[in-house]
Amino acid sequence: MSVLSDPRWAEAWAHLPDYLGGHVRVSVTAIALGLVVSLPLAIIARNRPVMRRLLLSIASIVQTVPGLALLALFYPLLLASASLTLKWFGFGFSAFGFLPAVLALALYSMLPVLRNTVTGLRGIDPSILEAAQGVGMTGLQSLGRVELPLAMPIMMAGVRTASVWVIGTATLSTPIGQTSLGNYIFAGLQTQNWVFVLFGCIAAALLALVVDQLLALIEAGLRRRSSWRAALGGAGIAALVAATLIPSLARPAPSYVVGAKTFTEQYVLSALMTQRLDAAGLSATTREGLGSNVIFQALLDGDIDVYVDYSGTLWTNQFHHTSLRPRRQLLAELTAELKRQNVTLLGELGFENAYALVMPRKRAEALGIRSVADLAVHARSMSIAADYEFFSRPEWTALRTAYGLNFREQRQMQPDFMYAAVASGEVDVIAGYTSDGLIAKYDLATLSDPKGVIPPYDAVVLLAPKRAEDQAMRDALRPLLGNIDIATMREANLRAAGGDGNASSDDVARWLWEKIKSNNR
Amino acid sequence: MSDAALIAFDHVAKSFDNGRVKAVDDVSLGVAAREFLAVVGGSGSGKTTLLRLANRLLEADRGRITIEGKDVRAGDPVALRRRIGYVFQSGGLFPHMSIAANIGITPKLNGEPEADIAARVDELLDLVRLDRKRFRDRFPQELSGGERQRVGVARALAARPKIVLMDEPFGALDPLTRDALGDDYRALHNELALTTVMITHDMTEAILLADRIAVMRGGKLLALGTPSELAKSDDAYVGELLGTPRRQAERLNAALPRGEA
Repeated sequence: MSVLSDPRWAEAWAHLPDYLGGHVRVSVTAIALGLVVSLPLAIIARNRPVMRRLLLSIASIVQTVPGLALLALFYPLLLASASLTLKWFGFGFSAFGFLPAVLALALYSMLPVLRNTVTGLRGIDPSILEAAQGVGMTGLQSLGRVELPLAMPIMMAGVRTASVWVIGTATLSTPIGQTSLGNYIFAGLQTQNWVFVLFGCIAAALLALVVDQLLALIEAGLRRRSSWRAALGGAGIAALVAATLIPSLARPAPSYVVGAKTFTEQYVLSALMTQRLDAAGLSATTREGLGSNVIFQALLDGDIDVYVDYSGTLWTNQFHHTSLRPRRQLLAELTAELKRQNVTLLGELGFENAYALVMPRKRAEALGIRSVADLAVHARSMSIAADYEFFSRPEWTALRTAYGLNFREQRQMQPDFMYAAVASGEVDVIAGYTSDGLIAKYDLATLSDPKGVIPPYDAVVLLAPKRAEDQAMRDALRPLLGNIDIATMREANLRAAGGDGNASSDDVARWLWEKIKSNNR
Repeated sequence: MSDAALIAFDHVAKSFDNGRVKAVDDVSLGVAAREFLAVVGGSGSGKTTLLRLANRLLEADRGRITIEGKDVRAGDPVALRRRIGYVFQSGGLFPHMSIAANIGITPKLNGEPEADIAARVDELLDLVRLDRKRFRDRFPQELSGGERQRVGVARALAARPKIVLMDEPFGALDPLTRDALGDDYRALHNELALTTVMITHDMTEAILLADRIAVMRGGKLLALGTPSELAKSDDAYVGELLGTPRRQAERLNAALPRGEA
């Protein structure tokens, strides 16, 4: 009973129309596109052995690419083609969210449809095909009146498999900016909100199950020539699509989109900015769980209007600088560089979220380790864990060369798990975030960087080019600037990461706003 | 070759596997209007290939086939096939279509009005002696082999063809059904003034139903004539083929003396 009375269930429910609508929209479009492409290909290939083998091998290879990777690959691919169409034909398109998700999922759906259609068509008794020709059917009439109807049950089985795959894999389209039931799962993992994770999994599984059963009904109808079954299944699918799409379509689209990357602090800050915009009468929504590279491009393209990034991240990742500047100078140069891309750096929030090497305080004291230089002596016998991007970031290369760091083992981890991992001795050192509340919670020490290799990471608010002159938006967000210190942010992060029982990122954002107001009084 | 022939094969040849297998080897023969011709031969004799060449389910390598004096290759093969009835070996019915839809398929392809097709289907069911009400809405799997073959005949006749080609139509049926169907069809052939070419491996059936018999072996036409003309042939293979029905007739006569049956 206490599990069900958890207020996070209600919050999850409130998101359902939005997330489910997005999920169904992207899945239905992808399956439809997959069918439109696969069916003609299968029909053309059915009597061409070379083409058939080629198609089925390509589709099989696509199938072996993990869903998340396939979705992630489509983003840069579309980005590149969008810049080409812009150059050649004078128009670009958004490589964010819906389009890459649909294309990747459609590709994913092709194998079962192709294979079953080919199998179904080739399995028809040749004497039936001869009879079709003999009674005077043209090739097309034979296909439409005899071959496709006879192959239909097997084809439908393929469509069912494809639909279940697509609905399941669509949960992974959240990081490339497509709202889906995956939003529950990604947000839940980041903020240790297991209610959300569970809710997302159950919702996606139920959706897949219902669609599968409705398609099974159509399949049975076709197999047994029972038109009421097929009609009932079709009506069920149509009703499901309508019921999930209408609420999300009928609602007026929010005019402002706030982006968030994939970690707790970003969920809290995006919720805070969304609340501020809403409070100023500017309807806003969040796009959560976006990858570091996706989110800046999305801002440039105007797919999101605002998000919080970190000066060092932009400096090294976005502008590829290898040399560092003192903190103020770096910010000034960064502001100018962003300006050239028409991105407005509205200002700093007041805290830094830097990468820092972190280890248990007691162990550091016992070994006499206070800085990264001290650590280098012991590194050879130690293991280090970091988030998914750290080891490919320039900061890591810089740290290794400057201090001669050489660890026994490197591991990648979900950021929220690594603090517990280092506290329990699972790993010796982690590359943590300085604003993370878990550092204090687990009594961890951050090691200093005497050579100044790690750049400053001031949290800054970035506005999309189209919002450069938006005074109402600037006014709504201005109270946040310079008003969130590191202690406040750490506490907020700790609360959001499960330190405060059932608090959602929205709750923590409201707490943070109260804190900002009282600090300013 | 007689110019009056409705269907004429003129030095026709067809081979498969890049010429390695000569299925039909320089065959010339004519089928007169309203004639019932049976083509007899063992498996691999080329009889089925010969039939398929006539409605262009296969295209001849050499020679000429004419119907009513016109080269079959001059026009559209689809239109040609709609003008010629074709009865397939095992019925060749479409399993996903009702009996009525199967019978009415060619008129439907020709774009005839639905009401006309429905009336025609009932008429054809009567013609092949299947009960209208019982059979119209059933599906091929629910029918016996004989009933299916009756539907096959009805379908071949639906577009009112002058010519019907039959590929071992009664081969897979039990003897009683086969006999009844053969007789019924022969009656239809006469009544509707059809020209029929029927493939069979069974000389007895050929003798009982056909006006003339063509004997094929190894792709070649060995003999052509009425049963009594064939009986005079000195070809060893033709003699062998006629041997079985002769012996059967003698044994049957001995076993079932007239008047006692």
